[in-house]
Amino acid sequence: MAIPDVKETSNHTVNKVVIGAEKGEGGTRSHTITIGGAATLPFLDGDGDIGNRPYIAVDVLDSPPTDWPELLLEPWKDVADDPGVWAKKAVDECGADLICICLDGIHPDKGDRDADHAVQAVTKVKEAVGVPLIVWRSGDDAKDNEVLPKVSAALKGEKILFGSVVEDNYKRLTGICMADGHSLVGQAPLDINIAKQVNILVSEMGFPLDRMVMFQTTGALGYGIEYAYSIQERERIAALQGDKMMSMPVIGLVGYESWRAKETKVPESDMPAWGSQKERAVMWEAMTALALVHSGCDILRMRHPEAVAMVKKSIERLLS
Amino acid sequence: MIPIGERINGMFLDMKKAIADKDKKPVQELALRQKKAGAAYLDCNVGTASDDQEAAMRWLVETIQEATDTPIAIDSQKLNVIKAGLEAVDNLKGCLVNSCSGDEEKLDVYLPVCVEKNASLIVLTMTKEGVPQSVEERVEIAATIIGKAAEYGMESARLFIDPIILPINVPGAQAQPGFIMDALSQIRIMTDPPVHITCGLSNISQGTKERSIINRTFLAMAAAVGMDSAILDVLDTDLMDAWITAEMIINKQIYSDFFLKAARMNM
Repeated sequence: MAIPDVKETSNHTVNKVVIGAEKGEGGTRSHTITIGGAATLPFLDGDGDIGNRPYIAVDVLDSPPTDWPELLLEPWKDVADDPGVWAKKAVDECGADLICICLDGIHPDKGDRDADHAVQAVTKVKEAVGVPLIVWRSGDDAKDNEVLPKVSAALKGEKILFGSVVEDNYKRLTGICMADGHSLVGQAPLDINIAKQVNILVSEMGFPLDRMVMFQTTGALGYGIEYAYSIQERERIAALQGDKMMSMPVIGLVGYESWRAKETKVPESDMPAWGSQKERAVMWEAMTALALVHSGCDILRMRHPEAVAMVKKSIERLLS
Repeated sequence: MIPIGERINGMFLDMKKAIADKDKKPVQELALRQKKAGAAYLDCNVGTASDDQEAAMRWLVETIQEATDTPIAIDSQKLNVIKAGLEAVDNLKGCLVNSCSGDEEKLDVYLPVCVEKNASLIVLTMTKEGVPQSVEERVEIAATIIGKAAEYGMESARLFIDPIILPINVPGAQAQPGFIMDALSQIRIMTDPPVHITCGLSNISQGTKERSIINRTFLAMAAAVGMDSAILDVLDTDLMDAWITAEMIINKQIYSDFFLKAARMNM
């Protein structure tokens, strides 16, 4: 008996977004990275084109982290006071595909640094590495709206990915990204309906769909990742069915979420039954990343070098 | 949802005059307005506007294609007129033949023509014995149609089954919409992917005094049980809004506060 053909094909694809610009295009990156483009559910290459591979962005902070567990700080402790050196190490030793500069230090509760500091930090990273860049806001709307226009202007031409706009605060950052040629992340609080709404609001301002990326506040393994997984899966299915407001590629905040989890922070001495903290913590970040990769994440923002290595290897396997 | 814009039809006076006078402008304007309103296909029926229906169909198809690339639904009860339309149509854009009855001897003629031209086909669940009066008869005719389509190599995704909507005010017809809805949910599970279900929507309100609300309500009800296409007035915004909303409520479209706008972006 013939084996039935169970292929599920789609006429629609996830949008492609190009991050970075080389010298000839007005930037200074050594190469660009294209994300998205899938015409199937993740890795189902029998059904159709799986598009571009998932990429890993390593987080670099503008100033030394104040709230990272010792174990996470350990691999970066020699470079944590210089974002440029930090970024170079992340690329050279950790194989970061992109660098995400997190402007935590401008947050009023985490140093309240000014725009000049933020510009200096992103400039150092830009000069230190050739990979495409992501810049992520602090999360304080007022401070972000004050500082980010200057950061955006300092990186004009680099076609960075800017994170993130939310339903209640999207106009200013959307405007500056439009003006400076950057791409933009639309954020939603684990809510597919709001994700769609944010995409509509941003596109209503005339922002091009092929410069938009979606982000659901991710949730780590054990902390709601199943919600993120099913939302992202549903987003991908909607994209394949032709929903233009759900066709953007997806980014996940793996490192940030994982290293907030109890399982990564509690030492073995407090919880002997959980075993080695390092092994457990690195594995927690890696497993969070891989779950999201399987749900259709196009960029993973990660933090620990060993977790990055583990996930890179797994992605290679999935693609081979 | 697959809306088929009904307005380019020689039964409407403006189109009858345009076809008779070979006046392209009103046809092309209506084509573009329907496209903008979300028509996935533009129905194209020469009606009684010309003695030479084949020539009129060719002219109508060419006229529409000059203005827009929206696929055309070639609408005639006569095979020679459909063939004339198919000759004029640009194959690459795909088109829909509207329509053929569920009689086997008709299917034996229409299906190979459509397969050869890469056209989709609307088949009515009626035979020379008339419009069926029960759920079972409709499902039986649909099964014959689906079997024949498979025999001729037409994919189920290109087959549109029209379960025939009768005017609600005809004596005895009021039981029919319920039968149709029962039948179409059964027809939808006969193939994977399911065949499309369409209907000439405005038939249901023919001769009534509340046409708009009857059309709109039936469309939402039928959409809820799987009717994914309709030949209708796409320029009726309330009607299209009702359809979009029905599809959103059954989770075929992800909700957002601007879901009406979002749905139109996808049309």
